[in-house]
Amino acid sequence: MSNQITIPDNARYTFGGDEFLLVEIDEAMSLEANMRAVAIARALQDRDVDGVVEICPANASLLIRCDPDVIHPHDLRSLVQELEEEAKAGGPTTLDTRIIEIPVWYQDEYTDAVVRKYREGYHQDPSGTDVDYAAAINGLSDADEFVRRHHEQPWMVTMVGFVAGLPFMFQLADPDKQMEVPKYLSPRPAGTPALTVGHGGAFGVIYSVEGAGGYQMIGIAAGPIFDPEQRLSHFEESMLFFRHGDIVKFTPIDGDEYRRLRQQVEDGTFEYRTVPVQFDSGQAVEDREGYNRTLMEALDGR
Amino acid sequence: MDVEIIQPGLATTVQDRGRTGYYHLGIPQGGALDQYSYELGNALVGNLDGEAALECTYMGPEIRAHGRCLVAVTGASVEVRVNDDVVPQWTSFTMETDDVLSFGIISEGARFYIAFGGGVDVPEVLGSRSTYPIGRLGGVEGRQLDDGDRISIAGTGAGEVGAEIPEELRPTFPKDLTVRIITGLYDHLLTEKGRRNLLEEEWSLTPVADRMGMRFEGPGVEWKEREQPFGAGSDPSNIVDAGYAVGSIQIPGGTQPIILHRDAVSAGGYAMVGTVISADMDAVGRAAPGTVVHFSDVTMDEALEARRKRGEALRTAIDSLR
Repeated sequence: MSNQITIPDNARYTFGGDEFLLVEIDEAMSLEANMRAVAIARALQDRDVDGVVEICPANASLLIRCDPDVIHPHDLRSLVQELEEEAKAGGPTTLDTRIIEIPVWYQDEYTDAVVRKYREGYHQDPSGTDVDYAAAINGLSDADEFVRRHHEQPWMVTMVGFVAGLPFMFQLADPDKQMEVPKYLSPRPAGTPALTVGHGGAFGVIYSVEGAGGYQMIGIAAGPIFDPEQRLSHFEESMLFFRHGDIVKFTPIDGDEYRRLRQQVEDGTFEYRTVPVQFDSGQAVEDREGYNRTLMEALDGR
Repeated sequence: MDVEIIQPGLATTVQDRGRTGYYHLGIPQGGALDQYSYELGNALVGNLDGEAALECTYMGPEIRAHGRCLVAVTGASVEVRVNDDVVPQWTSFTMETDDVLSFGIISEGARFYIAFGGGVDVPEVLGSRSTYPIGRLGGVEGRQLDDGDRISIAGTGAGEVGAEIPEELRPTFPKDLTVRIITGLYDHLLTEKGRRNLLEEEWSLTPVADRMGMRFEGPGVEWKEREQPFGAGSDPSNIVDAGYAVGSIQIPGGTQPIILHRDAVSAGGYAMVGTVISADMDAVGRAAPGTVVHFSDVTMDEALEARRKRGEALRTAIDSLR
């Protein structure tokens, strides 16, 4: 039980104007806090309450938007507090979700060009690359070790947002093996390539569109995650690929493989490898690395 | 009928009441920033169902009619011309084939709306016609209008010409604006002095103000020193990335407060210290750079009362057309 994390007994409730209610489960990030936010979000969804307009589970919190002409924000708060009590009594959360393989070209030439452009005045350590810096600040021997740690354990999508379909991912690794990296001193105003794999704080992201960004740039993913034209098979039902609770396994690829997969994307034949799994948060925190092996075996069809 | 964009102006987009239900996936609300002026533009041309209109920022477009249409221009004060004739704002008029609609310089405010009888007929995407340029969706190909665009208008040009919103029901554009907020979210991370600065000092709207956010300059605020929670990042204004309330105020690094508006990012890692009440979001959308703002802290009851009054004012203005 040594690696269990304790979250506060009660969430903090606070209003964002007259339409938004923020429920902060914990100030700090943990899988436990995220699972509590998910449990409350799902219970609220199931209640199908008139006047609840948006339910947005986030990393360690939950944002709810209401129409105050239909439900008084204070009544919404009381209701969510009831659901919080039920979630606590309900024990560990299980999620019917999927594990997805995401091929990544680490330290690729596209993000590397952008890394070189934004050094002095933007980055903490202008002398090396973002991956060099991320390795050093986590006490790792070199960039390769950072990359290996980045893809050897799976991640969970604990929030979708910022811009269109962008996943925030949390390492399912043991807390003492989780890597934390500061964001850029000053964000890049533009030019972060779409599908850049980034790392900031305790979170990994995949940028869904080109633009500004403050996360350290680690590599580039080959497959699309946001497709407004809904061209590829994965986007038939939604232009947004990621869902809250998705489990991600990164797989390192080289430049040749990256270009081969990009050609498949062009041809409309690209497909992600995904397998449905049930995620049990109780088992996951009991033996994190053992449970992660089970998840990754599911992806390999074992 | 349709209209042709001869030149698009600075940042003209198709907007309506916006979209809900996709915020948890990072798709923002969108929609006209000054909903009051947008709704009245629609009402003047007989649209009562959230039809799409054009939102023009600072510099207006030049538009040629191909067919007959009923038009009204509301929002920021601007000279409106059809060919060489000046026509009044807040009043419906018709355009015939080959008439050209153009605009002078905005004299007050930031955004005006061009409503067409029947509405701008672009496909609905995720329940709205509003343009979301970052996600390349909604509006015309998910982008600002461009030279040569042809846009279909759903109406026939029928309807009452000369319908007018009375002067006293039109919005004002004060140079000194009080914006009511509810403090909260992460305001406990501010020092007492930081909080006083936010609520008692003047904040001036900078030119960095668009549909995503409005950045203000002023005395700055102070954050409490604290040990940062796991995953939050190293600056005292950083939090574990959370959902952003529309209208919330964040102050990255403690220097320039930013009010997030309808196209803002849906989530992120900067502490929000309060949120503009729903009744005042239109006024924020109307503010031009240089506007001096005072943030005034109100209670939930006061916010809900202001919301009720704002809804009543809109209904009164629409009813005045009957």
